[in-house]
Amino acid sequence: MTINDVKELIHANVLCGEEYLDKEVHAACGSDMMSDVLAFVKDQAVLLTGLCNPQVIRTAMMMDIICVVFVRSKHPTEDMIEMAEDAGIVVLETGHRMFSSCGILYANGLRGGKDYERLH
Amino acid sequence: MSDSIELVYEVSGDDFTRAGEASSDVKKKLKLMGVHHDIIRKVSIAMYEGEINMVIHANGGTITVVVSDTDVTMVLADTGPGIPDIEKAMTAGYSTAPENVRNLGFGAGMGLPNMKKYSDEFNIESTVGVGTTVTMKVYLQ
Repeated sequence: MTINDVKELIHANVLCGEEYLDKEVHAACGSDMMSDVLAFVKDQAVLLTGLCNPQVIRTAMMMDIICVVFVRSKHPTEDMIEMAEDAGIVVLETGHRMFSSCGILYANGLRGGKDYERLH
Repeated sequence: MSDSIELVYEVSGDDFTRAGEASSDVKKKLKLMGVHHDIIRKVSIAMYEGEINMVIHANGGTITVVVSDTDVTMVLADTGPGIPDIEKAMTAGYSTAPENVRNLGFGAGMGLPNMKKYSDEFNIESTVGVGTTVTMKVYLQ
């Protein structure tokens, strides 16, 4: 699916990176612990998180994550949005909670990447 | 090596929101040098975890990055409290990070294991009351 599909499926608002909505996403990761996110490398991934501080964007930058979704209507600061914009990362915001957001995307075919494949 | 590049960063220990700026800068520079993105990601993650650790545990420190023809070497040196039991600190899930740091998304006990995982050579030396020095090497291949 594309980032735009993610946006539509979880009824999200685009906070930055409108021009990258056509990009394909291949995997997703849902976590509030950045250390856990940093342990799992995936290409063209989406990060869903309820954590809202600059280190979320920084982590996404380090991991080459292409889209960050803030769940439960957590609203990032202007500085965070600017940082994401500079890095070419799409930032979405949804009113859905973490479980529902992940469930909707999973039900529509998005998976957790290699870790999922390894266990099946 | 004659054409190696050295980058030195002073990491401030009092501003968690700025933690990772040095790692971001290295990432940008490696990209400009045309280093393969898989290699850049390994360097970025290993260094970022180290930078975060410095801010959380050691009130900052110095990071020296040397890019040679063959590898990227990162030396992270601090004068923090030191690590009494390195083996224990290297265990995935073991953490001494305070609650406020956990609320910021770190301190899951994955920092040092991640640093080791993403580097091709990893060495840590620590003396209680003196400080900790982590040396990591990622091969350019």
